[in-house]
Amino acid sequence: MREPAALALLLALACAAARAEGPGLGRSAAPSEIARFDISVGPDGVGLPPGSGTAREGRMVYEARCVACHGEKGEGKPNDRLVGGVGALAGQKPATKTVGSYWPYATTVFDYVRRAMPFDAPKSLRDEDVYAVTAYLLHLNGVIGEDATVDAATLPKIEMPNRNGFAPFAPGD
Amino acid sequence: MKRRRRTPTPDLEQAAGAGLMHRRAFIAGAAIAGAVAAEPARAEGLAVEPWMTAPGSPFTGYGQPSRFEAGVARVFANPPNAPGSGAARTPLHRLQGMVTPNGLHFERSHSGVPDIDPDKHRLLIHGLVARPLVFSLETLSRYPMESQIAFIECGGNSAQLYQTEALDADAQRLHGLVSCAEWTGVRLSTLLDEAGVDPTALWVLAEGGDAAGMSRSVPIAKAMGDALVALYQNGERIRPSNGYPMRLLLPGYEGNMQVKWLRRLKLVETPAMTRDETAKYTLLRPDGSALQFVFAMEVKSVITQPSPELSLKEPGLYEISGLAWSGAGRIVKVEVSADGGRSWAEAHLQQPILSKALTRFRLGWRWDGGPAVLQSRATDEEGNVQPTREALLARRGARALYHFNGIASWGVAASGRVTHVYA
Repeated sequence: MREPAALALLLALACAAARAEGPGLGRSAAPSEIARFDISVGPDGVGLPPGSGTAREGRMVYEARCVACHGEKGEGKPNDRLVGGVGALAGQKPATKTVGSYWPYATTVFDYVRRAMPFDAPKSLRDEDVYAVTAYLLHLNGVIGEDATVDAATLPKIEMPNRNGFAPFAPGD
Repeated sequence: MKRRRRTPTPDLEQAAGAGLMHRRAFIAGAAIAGAVAAEPARAEGLAVEPWMTAPGSPFTGYGQPSRFEAGVARVFANPPNAPGSGAARTPLHRLQGMVTPNGLHFERSHSGVPDIDPDKHRLLIHGLVARPLVFSLETLSRYPMESQIAFIECGGNSAQLYQTEALDADAQRLHGLVSCAEWTGVRLSTLLDEAGVDPTALWVLAEGGDAAGMSRSVPIAKAMGDALVALYQNGERIRPSNGYPMRLLLPGYEGNMQVKWLRRLKLVETPAMTRDETAKYTLLRPDGSALQFVFAMEVKSVITQPSPELSLKEPGLYEISGLAWSGAGRIVKVEVSADGGRSWAEAHLQQPILSKALTRFRLGWRWDGGPAVLQSRATDEEGNVQPTREALLARRGARALYHFNGIASWGVAASGRVTHVYA
């Protein structure tokens, strides 16, 4: 564990050095401003907002806002397929990469839907709706039950089927 | 057709099989060919043309290419239901030199091009810093600036070459997701130093101000290294399609990480595992595992002239020309083959040869009118050599989708038609 005093000293030194080096034209950001701007969600769940949802609730959101692009059950017509292909990534034939088969973290589903979906009106869903539709997609992929609650505490703990499917690149790969 | 053959001096001019020439021999040969061409094949008379007999157009506020060059344009396709999501490709085969004109720079957008008011745009730096900072375009513009001439290549460039059959397409459609520009802006390390980076910060999450809020995690070493917050592209403000009013420039890294319409940099301990760094820009291997965080684009080259749509009119002298680049640094050598890789000749590298920039290569070629297969193979200063397509596929499999850097081949038919082939 880091000594708080040592950390403070280190940061103070960093600040002093910075002021000496640069023009210093950036203004300080207030915590409330940062909170408004910061929409990212980490795999540890940091950044997830209050609220919750279940697949049963998410089905209505999906059918109202997602079905036109992703199909009745996430089969992906005409846009990205969201469901299926679990456990079938190996081989030579084209793989079905979906939320269930490929995405390693459930937090990414929440993060991406909240920032970018639906395509024609991103950021228009309430956080509760994003939780619910995330739960619905996980349910369609057989990852969670229809009435399992998805929220800031449970989402990071969900074991995605391809959680261990990624290796960091190294030269020669 | 009447062919005039000079007395061959193969030892002096031949650099490799199928007519590849040493550079000096090419220039000497061209002089002789010019003399031949001076014999009038048909009467075409010199005339006073209409544009010489009346004043031309008045000034315009922003210059445009000649109307006769209207065909030199980007090509693009959109997925259904998602206009603005897709890619527009640079017409590599219609351009020369190493810098891409701004209007022809390739574009990959995930949710259209936002119409950002520069006075309202803000860049926030926060997370594991001593002092979170906000910058307007005006304040950023007052910082010391610097330029880097750097290529940007989409991770998915040349992806069609992973396919089993050689797609009948030209250099633009196959390889047009790479461009090069002079980018000018503020060193990211200057801004991060002012914010005071906490030693626990190992990654910087970069986020765009577009509808998709595109976001990628960047290693702190790159952010503190040669990264720029770029404000200008080839001298003018960055075009909206390339990130107006500011984008992240990470020289040599895959395009997707060089976040356009940059609005936020969050310093964090671990990668955010965003959709683009998990679901998208990862390389699936035959065993079902995927490579993640493949940052630098690898050494690569493409012959742009001749290439499909630029058919050869008649046997004789031509210059083979193309582009080479590497995310690892400078290009030190480009070899060209006209016989499908059986023999190679070293091409001339045109100055300037810059780190992580496109480098133009050139080589003389005497086409004898027979079938030929043209290839180029680049080597960078780290000693990386562009692999054959077969070697790349053997290493990575055919489903990696991203980061294709294998040797590409153009087939030349006896008719002079040039097509994409696997050889």
